[in-house]
Amino acid sequence: MARLNPSIRLSPSLRLKPSIRPWRGVILAFAALYFVVPLAASVVFTVDVPGQGLTADAYTEILGTEGFLSSLRLSLELAAVTIAVVLLLMVPAMVALRLSAPGLRPVVEVICSLPLVVPPIAFVAGIGTVLQWGPEYLSTTPLFQTFVALQNPTFPVVLVLAYVVMALPFVYRALDAGLRSIDVRTLVEAARSCGASWPQALVRAVLPNLRGALLNAAFLTLALVLGEFTVAQLLGFQPFAVWIVTVSGSQAQLSVAVSVLSLLVTWALLLALAAFGDRRAPSRTASQG
Amino acid sequence: MTLTTAEKVSMANAAKVEFRGLRREFGATVALDGLDLTVQPGELLALLGPSGCGKTTALRLLAGFEHPDAGEVLVDGKDVTGVPAHRRDAGMVFQSYSLFPHLSALDNVAFGLRMRKVRNAERQARAAELLDLVGLADKGGSYPHQLSGGQQQRVALARALALRPRVLLLDEPLSALDAKVRLNLREEIRRLQQELGITTLFVTHDQEEALSMADRVAVMHAGRLEQCAAPAELYGRPATAFVAEFVGTMSRIPGQLDGKAVKVLGQLLPIDGTAPSSPEVDVLVRPEAVRVRADSAGQARVVATAFLGAAIRVTVRLADGTEVKADLPTHQAAALGAGAAVTVTLPERPVLVAERAG
Repeated sequence: MARLNPSIRLSPSLRLKPSIRPWRGVILAFAALYFVVPLAASVVFTVDVPGQGLTADAYTEILGTEGFLSSLRLSLELAAVTIAVVLLLMVPAMVALRLSAPGLRPVVEVICSLPLVVPPIAFVAGIGTVLQWGPEYLSTTPLFQTFVALQNPTFPVVLVLAYVVMALPFVYRALDAGLRSIDVRTLVEAARSCGASWPQALVRAVLPNLRGALLNAAFLTLALVLGEFTVAQLLGFQPFAVWIVTVSGSQAQLSVAVSVLSLLVTWALLLALAAFGDRRAPSRTASQG
Repeated sequence: MTLTTAEKVSMANAAKVEFRGLRREFGATVALDGLDLTVQPGELLALLGPSGCGKTTALRLLAGFEHPDAGEVLVDGKDVTGVPAHRRDAGMVFQSYSLFPHLSALDNVAFGLRMRKVRNAERQARAAELLDLVGLADKGGSYPHQLSGGQQQRVALARALALRPRVLLLDEPLSALDAKVRLNLREEIRRLQQELGITTLFVTHDQEEALSMADRVAVMHAGRLEQCAAPAELYGRPATAFVAEFVGTMSRIPGQLDGKAVKVLGQLLPIDGTAPSSPEVDVLVRPEAVRVRADSAGQARVVATAFLGAAIRVTVRLADGTEVKADLPTHQAAALGAGAAVTVTLPERPVLVAERAG
């Protein structure tokens, strides 16, 4: 994730002194052990089948297993829609907050941080209650259909709504950091005096300079949605994470292989987004004088 | 950097700007308290005043970034108070570096043209022309972070001129720059403004900047206009005590009114302007008008001297404790060290008087 934020670079004065160098190796070794050992164990578990020697069967089976493609597609769709919704909601809100109501910032920060404090289990219990109570109470009104549509198993909108709320703390923080690093007011006013309307000023002058922050927000949301289990499972849907757990009961090796694969897929997606973000983005090593 | 380039980008018709009874409050603070001011077509008018006097608010009202609580802003006689900022035809250069960091210098200048849907080839050509006009023809491909502060403000100036605005607004564009760059850019802005003949409002708290660049200077204080006059008049005949003391250096010497004259430092001098009602007054004098002569019998003492180059500024304490500043030619002041006994006199000319302070 070090590449995600190109604006943060260590200045020479922050470089470690030679005397600290040996410790770096030790710490790196510990970290490597901590992360690599479980991963390596997983890989070994999937390829080394007792009695058969090394085999990649577990991986080749994945594609053919029922539910793999549909659950992965559902997760990616949910992630895409969640990212779109949460950014469309938060970017205009946070720019407006900065420009016209900076006093409200602490309030919004607290509200956006609430999902961190409320455990997903409590959150989903609340959603479940509403989903049960709503249709009964509204069965004679057109809103009944809304509740049905919300829970459409091919694309459960209710999960998007839940994920948008759960992504708020991460998106808020990523965007806030991005907005802090630019002078939003001056950029907007400069664009306005150049004949740009409000939406144009936002899209042409502010958003391009929030590129890094938008990508960060998108990464975090993507990672959240791909890995989310509790809410989806308890509401009875089957995106990728739920599917992995489901198959793990019957096919242990297969499910671990899928975990390893999903880890690699997530890395690949993040790296792709990061590469996309670095392209054309001018470096910000300011030299003013 | 030739006149022909300037002619190509020159403004069709300069606008006349009028502020009428503008009032703007921010919570408990009154930024503008009934501002009336007219800017003539093609004129560079400096809004000068201490921070918080409302000068930037006035500029932002004209740009459309603020809305007045009362009063109106007229451009060529038309009320623009309800016109949104992007349709105001006002180019603006900001105090802080305001270039779009993600665009090259050329694209920054072309930004407004892009918003107006000008064809690509045409806007590239015009942006290049404007960069040439501000002397940065070779920097079109550079990004803002690759440009110095002075260069960034030049690009910002070119960007502000790109849409051929009727009014150019400069919000302390030089205050972030170092002294030498500031002087260069000051001259350049003035030259461009005169070549293009564009009505320009220039906000500054630097009196030297205002006096050296502007056709007229409007001095503001606490949301009101104190005086609006040509620099020479402002300096020589300040209308109020505030203007007198804000523009240039002024010393106050206590004196007594005597009909149409004032008794000060043992002299009887005629009064310039109207006399205040109370007989106890302060006479306002510029340092260059004060004469200091070494005199062993003198009651006044030199307190300090400061070398200014061509002149030495001598601070003298009079017998009653008042401190007066005087600028003397370096050779005259050589003998006047701290503690020297001197006599202070004023030239036989009409003097400004104000009610005695505190």
